[in-house]
Formats: sequence, C-alpha cells, structure tokens
Amino acid sequence: MTDGASALQLVLGGDPTLYAIVGLSLYVSLSAVVLAAIVALPLGALLALTSFPGRTFFVVVVNAFMGLPPVVVGLAVYLLLSRSGPLGSLGLLFTAKAMIVAQALLVMPIIAALTRQTVEDLWAEYRDELTALRVTPARRVVTLIWDARFSLVTTLLAGFGRAAAEVGTVMIVGGNIDGFTRTMTTAIALETSKGDLPLAMGLGLVLITLIVAVNALAWGARRVGELRTG
Amino acid sequence: MRAPTSDLPVAFDKVALRIGEVNVVRELNLTLATGSTTVLLGPNGSGKSTLLRLAMGLVAPTAGGITWGGRGTPGERLAMMFQRPVMLRRTAAANIAYALPTRDDARVFELLQQGGLADLADRPARRLSGGEQQRLALARALARDPEILFLDEPTASLDPAATKSVEDIVRVVAASGVKIVMATHDIGQARRLAGDIVFLARGRLVEHTLAHRFFASPATPEAAAFLRGDLVI
Repeated sequence: MTDGASALQLVLGGDPTLYAIVGLSLYVSLSAVVLAAIVALPLGALLALTSFPGRTFFVVVVNAFMGLPPVVVGLAVYLLLSRSGPLGSLGLLFTAKAMIVAQALLVMPIIAALTRQTVEDLWAEYRDELTALRVTPARRVVTLIWDARFSLVTTLLAGFGRAAAEVGTVMIVGGNIDGFTRTMTTAIALETSKGDLPLAMGLGLVLITLIVAVNALAWGARRVGELRTG
Repeated sequence: MRAPTSDLPVAFDKVALRIGEVNVVRELNLTLATGSTTVLLGPNGSGKSTLLRLAMGLVAPTAGGITWGGRGTPGERLAMMFQRPVMLRRTAAANIAYALPTRDDARVFELLQQGGLADLADRPARRLSGGEQQRLALARALARDPEILFLDEPTASLDPAATKSVEDIVRVVAASGVKIVMATHDIGQARRLAGDIVFLARGRLVEHTLAHRFFASPATPEAAAFLRGDLVI
C-alpha cells in the first residue's frame, strides 16, 4: 500500500493512536483559546476605550506580539517551569497543562490586538449614543464586546487557528511524549523525521480538515448572526 | 427613584467652541427653560448640531460656560436623539430596555406603543426601516425619563409619512411636559412644531423670538434671507 492509501486508512478507519493525538491537540488548543480569551477580550476592549500615558507604545507592542515566534514563547515558558526556574516546584513542565498555558500566551496578543481594533472601530460609531445614554465605562465594555460578538468570534477562531497550527511552543514545553503530550503538529514533525509517513500524512489531512472546518464555521456563524440580527 | 435635582434651565454664557482654526460656535448666550418647543433653525453648518452637543454635555466649550439647573456638570434628566441613531445589535424591545435603569417590561411595552412599534418588539433593531429606527431611538431616549430632550435633525433622512409619525410623537411628548429642543433646517417642520425659534448662522445666534413673530416678520437680514429661500453663506 502506498503511504497515501495507508494514511487514508488510518483516518477513515478510526485509528486509535491517530485520534488520541487529535483529541489531545483539540483539548490543548481549545483550552488555550478559552484561557487567552478570558484575559485578552476585556484587555483588548479596555485598551480600545481608555487613554493613558504610553498607550500608543502598548498598542504597538501588542500588535507586534501577534507575530511572536512560537519557539520563543515555548522557550520562555520552559525557563519558567523548568526545575531550576521560578515556577519549577509546580512540576508542570512536559504536561498538557503547561502546553495550554504556553499556547494561551502565544494567542493572547492576537485576541487582544484584534479585539482592540474591533472595539475601537465600534466605539467610534457608538460613542455619542452611549455617552448620551450615560452608560458607565464598565457597561460600555460589556456592550461593545456583545455588539461586536460576530467579529470577535472570528477573532477567537483566528486564535484557535494559530494555536492548532503551531509546533514550536508545544514541542519545547510538552516534550512530545508519546500518549501524553504528543499533538498533531509535534507528531507530524516526529513521524516525518523518522520517515514514517502514513501517520504524518493522516494527521496532516485531519489538521487541514479541522482548520478548514473551523473557518467555515466562523464564516457560517457570522452570516447566520448577521442575517438574524442585522 | 427620581433624581431630586433638575437639569433645567440649561444656560449658555458666552459659549464658544473652536476646533482647530474654525470657530464652530461663538459668543452664544442662550437659556433653555421649561416651556414650549424650541426649534434651532438655520442652514447646514450654522452650529445647530454643535449647540445640541454642547447642551447635552458631549463636548466642552473652549470658552464661556454652560450650567444645568445652576450646576456646572450635566445631570441625568437629559436625553438626545441623533440624526443617524445607533441601533444596538439586539431587538427593538431590548434597545429600549437597555436605557431603563431597572428591568421594567411594562414600561418597555408602553414606550414601544407610544412609538408605534408594539408589533416590532422582537424584531432585530438593525433590520427596522429608517423611520422605525428613528421612532425607536426616540423611545429609547424617552426611556431615560428626561426633563429636556434634544433632537438633532430627527427626520432629515425620512420620507413624509415617516416624518409625520415622528413629529406626532414629538408633539405628544412636548404636551406631556418634556422640554423639546430640536435642530432642523426644514422651515416647514419649524413652522409645524416650534413655540420659539433660535436662528443660527455661521456659528452665531442671530435671532431668538417666538415662532409666530419670527415667521411673520424676521428681525434680521440673515433670517429673512433664509426664510425667502436664499442661501445664507
């Protein structure tokens, strides 16, 4: 059988090893996006609505951090969590939890920066009306995030795409341990370097399908939302 | 609970607003007090919208001062309706509920009915027609139980039928004791609704008289030119 045919068989036949890896990847990346969103959505909204000395610099830095190299994030978290590091006693290195935290850090700037832009644009439109309605600053944040919800769903899915597709962070922080911290991307890297292509190709197929499906979901959710609420 | 302090009268004392090189509004002395509907009349660019925004506290003057009920900061009994109102991304009823201090479904329904929108309560606000959105914006402004309601060219982009429906609501609101201050460049609308006219040109308050006197015999050349249909530059 060719590698391609073997790969298809693994995917369509429900190979347990392959799908365990897929499951872990989804668990890590989805959790990372949720964690990142909890921090970055309000942070991005606040950045859009407040002015303080150094704001422009902060905005530029957050924008720049959208392009943080995953390996560098992985390295930074590794240094924090290693036995000789400040958080070494937590024993989190080479676990899924560490991978989740590291990916969350990677994705936070994307969500914060895109939220800031979205909320800032919406605030320009809503400013007079919300000021006339005497809406408190806290309530403004909630209102703008809610009214921008369709754009923000797209933002979260962009974050998920980045998390699911990266290999550097989870490789360094997770260690690619078989059955424990092996994700789709790290498995593809390993299997390809071993010359063991069917599993790598199967995982690649699943990964691409997931990314496409997630983007289609984003587009669909946005369209449905816009059609229903205008 | 009603706030004990009143925001009336709104008093402008030598108010000016300068944006960059432009004197948008200058030397404005005006008092808006309880009573009949005040219409701010004048050509586009005369400072009508700016005057409303100053009165609402959305922008601070660069010279002079404004007081609300004798106080230096605007209170809670002011409301404003904009020329292009922003509909929140939710239903019509939810838009009104947003402006209420506490959850009050009965009051929401009352305001929807007054605005002729009772059938559209659950329609997404952004999918309403232009006239319906203006009536909703008006209902939302009224949800704040204002003493004074500012309207900035509320029917400028509406067809005659929609215009009439908005004007009818404004009349009812004025009759209930709310002070209406409305900006318009539409002379016919001013004739229909005004108790007194504040005529503005090039950022200056040119005339302030009772409506019937203004239309019968305007005191200033600019006002006369405007009523004739000439361009007041």
